[in-house]
Amino acid sequence: MTQTPLLDMRGIARSFGPVKALRGVNFTLMPGEIHALAGENGAGKSTLMNIADGILQPDAGEIRVEGRPVRIGSPLEAQRLGIGLIHQEIALCGDVSVAENICMAALAASPRWLVSRRALIARAQEVMDRLMPIPVTRLVRELSLAEQQLVEIAKALTLDAKVLILDEPTAALTEAETDTLFGLMRELRARGIGQVYISHRMSEIFDICDRITVFRDGQYIGTDRVADMTPAKVVDKLVGRKLEALFPPKAQRTGPGHVMEVEALTDRAGQFHDVSFALRRGEILGLAGLIGAGRTEIAEAICGLRPRASGRVVLEGTPFAPRDHAASVAARVAYLSEDRKGAGLFLELPIARNISALDIRTVAPKGWIEPRRETARAETLGARVKLKCGSVADPVSTLSGGNQQKVAIARLLAIGPRLVFLDEPTRGVDVGARAEIYDIIRALAEAGTGVVVISSELTELIGLCDRVLVIHEGRVAGAVSGAAMSEENIMHLASGLGTAGAEAPEAAAAGAA
Amino acid sequence: MDTTTHPAAAPRPGPGLLRGLLQQRETGLVLIILALFVAMSFASPYFLTWSNIRAMLMSFSVDGIVVVGMTVLLIVGGIDLSVGAVVCLSMVVGGTLFLAGVDPWLASLAGIGASGLVGAGIGFCVTRIGLSHFIASLAAMVIVRGLCMVITGGAPLSLFTLPAEFKFVGQGAVAGIPVVILIFAVIVLVFDLALRRGTFFRKVVYTGSNEKAAAYAGIRTDRVKFIATVFTALMAGLAGAIYMARLGSATPSFGTGMELNVIAAAVIGGASLKGGTGSVFGAVLGVALLSIVTSSLILLNVNAYWQEMTKGIILLVAVSLDHVLNRYRSR
Repeated sequence: MTQTPLLDMRGIARSFGPVKALRGVNFTLMPGEIHALAGENGAGKSTLMNIADGILQPDAGEIRVEGRPVRIGSPLEAQRLGIGLIHQEIALCGDVSVAENICMAALAASPRWLVSRRALIARAQEVMDRLMPIPVTRLVRELSLAEQQLVEIAKALTLDAKVLILDEPTAALTEAETDTLFGLMRELRARGIGQVYISHRMSEIFDICDRITVFRDGQYIGTDRVADMTPAKVVDKLVGRKLEALFPPKAQRTGPGHVMEVEALTDRAGQFHDVSFALRRGEILGLAGLIGAGRTEIAEAICGLRPRASGRVVLEGTPFAPRDHAASVAARVAYLSEDRKGAGLFLELPIARNISALDIRTVAPKGWIEPRRETARAETLGARVKLKCGSVADPVSTLSGGNQQKVAIARLLAIGPRLVFLDEPTRGVDVGARAEIYDIIRALAEAGTGVVVISSELTELIGLCDRVLVIHEGRVAGAVSGAAMSEENIMHLASGLGTAGAEAPEAAAAGAA
Repeated sequence: MDTTTHPAAAPRPGPGLLRGLLQQRETGLVLIILALFVAMSFASPYFLTWSNIRAMLMSFSVDGIVVVGMTVLLIVGGIDLSVGAVVCLSMVVGGTLFLAGVDPWLASLAGIGASGLVGAGIGFCVTRIGLSHFIASLAAMVIVRGLCMVITGGAPLSLFTLPAEFKFVGQGAVAGIPVVILIFAVIVLVFDLALRRGTFFRKVVYTGSNEKAAAYAGIRTDRVKFIATVFTALMAGLAGAIYMARLGSATPSFGTGMELNVIAAAVIGGASLKGGTGSVFGAVLGVALLSIVTSSLILLNVNAYWQEMTKGIILLVAVSLDHVLNRYRSR
């Protein structure tokens, strides 16, 4: 290619404490292309894009924009260079109007002191209408998650960026909304804008992207034309090994009997309605759905973290309605949060103290904590989850993402759980540790613990779970198992379209094999 | 734990004990205090006399009890601005009841009880209404101070009729060591151990370190915060009872501004306003440092206005130094 790349990043490295998020990666974006950036959780995609947007600074490496070497010190500088980023997480101000949110970035870049409200609204509405006719005078917090995601996209469109980075923009969108977005992306491509597209969904990458660059564990693996690739080849590159080697074998047989039956469960806040399903002994049940569909909320309501309105849960034959999460943990039913740093671990506390958190009494048989007992137990459980650490007295913050997650899981093992909910259990975890975590999860299920895995990564659900329950807008859309567990079937159900291969919701509820 | 040692984890240099000492945040404080001691022993002939040391110990022992309470509250992520007023409330309630003919022990117990009620009120506002500790305790400070004025009618209570055995708590000595110092020593030993070994105090640490994670680990964080708040108020109440025995009077303005010294001492001792960190031993060192500085400034004949300023600057320097060192250590 003789054209000058819009964005050229070479040898980019970045560490977070002991964690090397990027180890000298390359990425080149040409004008008028949609370039997929693929990698498993924790591969470093978002880190690289945050560097391109000036949110993070690289430790080493060179960035060129249209051939000129640049230093991108802040998102504002990135904007002036024509780089716009649509964040994976929605970063909107809930208490102001859609219009003000859409024009927020453009306002920050504008040298003017005063704002014409009428011009602001007109401009915002024009941009918004290209995606979905949401009235821009509405407050952002009144919108659904999908609508907020679209506002986030509209916000980036106002910048007239030459480089547009879309970090998992479809995670909360249905198929129809995704199609609208793709139409818009094709339009931008025709105008010569370079787009970076990050997604976990293989079908989307093959739908819309021209080239694909793969990262694995912070390393650059390669760049190919999408036309030359197949989904299977991409997955092999992503994982760095045969996919079958990543996941443990499926359950040989499930049952007899159910660990848990959920009957017509509805929560008080109205996040989900009439959810029924059964969890067989020995199986790993996946919960799939778009972001905001209510998967996490269902787990929370079962574990006493969220008030229920109606319905019931039967755990091993007896009704289970803990009054709070402490009661749930006491009954050995635990929930592992998707937000490891915010709601999972005590980062500055030692590993051993983190592992004791669910059950301090075991290390304090006489009423006071015995440090030796605590250390010994942490070491035993650490060995069980193949934790790699210097000493269990070190703070958790010194560990890599994968090892942090192992600490979180070791903590669950400490209570000898009857039922666990694992929410995004491998987010930010490198591939090697992922395989080990999958083995631990499978071993738990085989030992008779009920295991429910919530994940947005379809590869993970399909590879790990024996059956996947798909949630759409707070209701069970269906369940898939065996050969019907495919990306297409799950996405169809998650978008509310139904699918031929799926069990009907009632069958899912009965848990018929 | 050889089998799980990370190959990349390089062994740190230095012998274990020394490294362990340097890793302790308290070590820096001990060194600063020792340096002050040495410098002052040259600067003033009176500094190293038993009477001066005894006076310093006396001066920080009672406030030190409040600092221990405050440290626990800071660890859980709270703060209490009302402790000065609560110390006063304890004295005023105890004193008034005594003057009304109640047994002095029972009267001071009632004072401590009243203090606990203030703590419960703050705890209620924080855990049930959802106010921040800062706001709830600020309101409590003003309310309680007003209450002290109401109870006494604004006039000091003269309690010279307190029986000798009660005054002994504040003024007496056992084997030459003042009882006040002994009480403080016992409290420090008990709660230092409790903070390291007690299951409740472990929950305090979890809650302060990451409240959401603690809740997800099945800890009833509201209950933990409530109890820690009441605990701090009870310690203030105990300090008030001791002050009453020591001073033989109760003034409705007593303890004004004490909360700032107490918080400063706890923070110098390593407690973070963000919660999660702090130790009783560190708190003692913080109190000791402030007390030594005060004593030094007096012995050096520093102008009283300058003394105030100097204390503020020392707080700033000590905390900044600790912050910077901590960042360096965590590298």
